[in-house]
Amino acid sequence: MAKDKKTGYEPMTSIEAISAGLGTAGYISTTQISTAVFLAHGLRKPILIEGPAGVGKTDLAASLAKWMSLPLIRLQCYEGLDEGKALYEWKYGKQLLYTQILKEKLSELLGDAKTLAASLDKLSGFEDLFFSPQFLEARPLLNAMQQSKGSVLLIDEIDKSDEAFEAFLLEVLSDYQVSVPEIGTIRADVPPLVILTSNNVRELGDALKRRCLHLHIGFPDHAREQRIVRARVEGISDTLLNQLVRFVQSVREADIKKRPSIAETVDWARTLLLLHSSTLDEAFVRDTLNVLLKHESDIAAIAPAIPKMVREATGPDARGRLASGYPDMD
Amino acid sequence: MEKQISNFIRALRSADVRVSTGEALDAARTLAMIGYDDRSLMKDSLGCVLAKSESEKSIHDRLFDLYFSSAPASASSSSNESESRTNSDEAPADAAERLSALTAEGNEQALATAVERAAEAAGLNDIRFSTQVAYFAQSMLRAMGGEALQARLLEALQGRTPDADTEAQRLIDVRRALTRATRERAERGFEIFGAAETERFRDDVAATKRLSAIEASDMARMKQLVAKVAKKLAVKHSRRRKRTQRGMLDVRRTMRANAGFDGVPFNVVWRQKKKDRPKILVICDVSGSVAAYVRFLLLLLFSMKEAIPDLSAFAFSYRLKCVDDILETHEFDAAIKKILREIGLGSTSYGQAFSDFKMDHENKIDRRTTIIILGDGRSNYGDPRLDLFRDFAGRAKRIIWLNPEGRALWGTGDSVIPRYQPFCAQMSHVATLKDLERAVDEVLTAYD
Repeated sequence: MAKDKKTGYEPMTSIEAISAGLGTAGYISTTQISTAVFLAHGLRKPILIEGPAGVGKTDLAASLAKWMSLPLIRLQCYEGLDEGKALYEWKYGKQLLYTQILKEKLSELLGDAKTLAASLDKLSGFEDLFFSPQFLEARPLLNAMQQSKGSVLLIDEIDKSDEAFEAFLLEVLSDYQVSVPEIGTIRADVPPLVILTSNNVRELGDALKRRCLHLHIGFPDHAREQRIVRARVEGISDTLLNQLVRFVQSVREADIKKRPSIAETVDWARTLLLLHSSTLDEAFVRDTLNVLLKHESDIAAIAPAIPKMVREATGPDARGRLASGYPDMD
Repeated sequence: MEKQISNFIRALRSADVRVSTGEALDAARTLAMIGYDDRSLMKDSLGCVLAKSESEKSIHDRLFDLYFSSAPASASSSSNESESRTNSDEAPADAAERLSALTAEGNEQALATAVERAAEAAGLNDIRFSTQVAYFAQSMLRAMGGEALQARLLEALQGRTPDADTEAQRLIDVRRALTRATRERAERGFEIFGAAETERFRDDVAATKRLSAIEASDMARMKQLVAKVAKKLAVKHSRRRKRTQRGMLDVRRTMRANAGFDGVPFNVVWRQKKKDRPKILVICDVSGSVAAYVRFLLLLLFSMKEAIPDLSAFAFSYRLKCVDDILETHEFDAAIKKILREIGLGSTSYGQAFSDFKMDHENKIDRRTTIIILGDGRSNYGDPRLDLFRDFAGRAKRIIWLNPEGRALWGTGDSVIPRYQPFCAQMSHVATLKDLERAVDEVLTAYD
């Protein structure tokens, strides 16, 4: 494992170390998540993360990069994304500019050549000049391969890209190399840690899935959500934290179109903090519910149940939950 | 342990989790990394490597618990191999003693090991059906040396040794304990390797059963099956929405692609045609004889929303009504009940239904619309309004007619099916879920 020395990967010696490391970057991990990262590192395979929007899929990549002090290179997928935008492009403008500037030099060089064939002969030594790495515009994938210390490559929302692009990714993901016809194959010295995320807009191909480790991140349980909100929202009181997480958890159980995710819980916690509410009360909840729920119909569905849910979230039972929640909150 | 893993992977495969050879190798590398000590770590890790979707993960977790609940016993089996080996030349008396020692209290570990070895010897991994449990339990008992025990028992019963009665009683207890252990193991083996196979077999039976004969008890299974079929079709047809059309130059993209060559078109880009998104209108006859089929057709189509973004359903018996609202606002079963209750009354009239459709929904038909009609075409001798039907057929991409009645009955009595037939791209008899699948597949293939 001598190679690991220069990769800056050394901290990944155990699953606990990963959980702790992610913790320092502000990411509250679970055993499953840390295990997946550990294996991804050990087996040098990408991780495919699936799960509802806003549960921290993208954030995992960002926190990993932050913790390991590696550059985070992000490729956002969309319909119509092609090689030119994902891999590399020639800097056409620069090539043109240089040709213009070097024109005089060229005529000097070619001055004594009388025939076309002779000029070509003379030029042949320089033909690679304009198709050299200098004129290569590296897009995210190539960029990630070129990082000498390794990197975290985040391929976000892969399910939004076309099938052709998915197939194109296979070479990159299995061999960590890309080929540029004019230059040759560029191989990553240190394979990047690749994280793909998917919201399941469409079913991904088997070939891609087979090359990845699969990780599903779902909604967090009560204790983990509390820890996340505590890590994200400074100065929130224990009482409010506990009540609001309980409330959100019960909203998730309701039959609604879009269940609130962690991102929304955090936003809501910030909102309540901004309004200086120290405990959950009905009026506050009613006024700020639009932070938590993003559909008019969902708000309408939850509204009648608010008094009951608030009562339950602030009830005496909540105290018990808080106490049992503490051992986890190290 | 390697064998354990490859067997576990076999169990996963038989439970419909597709594990490739590459993934199997990954699993081996994973275990080399993390070791075998921490069961929950092993479960998380293997789940990561072997299962590639949420449903696969839940199958994996269930099987893992089942499979590895006995692992420690077999792990240690290699170490004390010599002592538990069944020698073929072992004297019956020794064998019986060895077996009774195994069942003695405090020897659970040794017993489990022996049972595990017997399971291997009997080829328990090949178990497929629950009816085989007894057979495999027997084979395992034999592999453990049960025959010797039996011989000793007979001897004891015939009273040739002193204390024959107590000896016999003891041997019977031993045999009972062994039988129980092997039987339990065989049952677990079935759970791991055979249960999925049995499920598949029952699924096959259900899929080829007449839809009108599906019993209430099978409804849950049918629902799962329909969901599976829907997923399969959706995956198949939601892919590849573009097609290269040679012969038409895409000037803009050609210029862009050749900018690097100073605009000299070395690489030519042809114009691509986006394929039509499927648009389907389903018109269902909800009179008694067809109702059972309506339910499954709608269930199938509406669970494929992702592949068919543009889908509308209409139901009629006498008057025709759009039922999208009901299907969207109610839970599926309740919606079907409501549709049948509200619309399923009155005598069937295809003519009336088509004229209602013309009046209210005609504008929904365009050249990319497929109209699926589900009905038996028995119109109580009313005017079939062929003029309207011809008009629909002319405007839509195609009309597919699905008829739950067998071909032999078409055109008998008040059936006007043969008169509609010339206008339909296809008219087929649907009786089973497989037929429905084929029909819907056919409809969607026309868009590919």
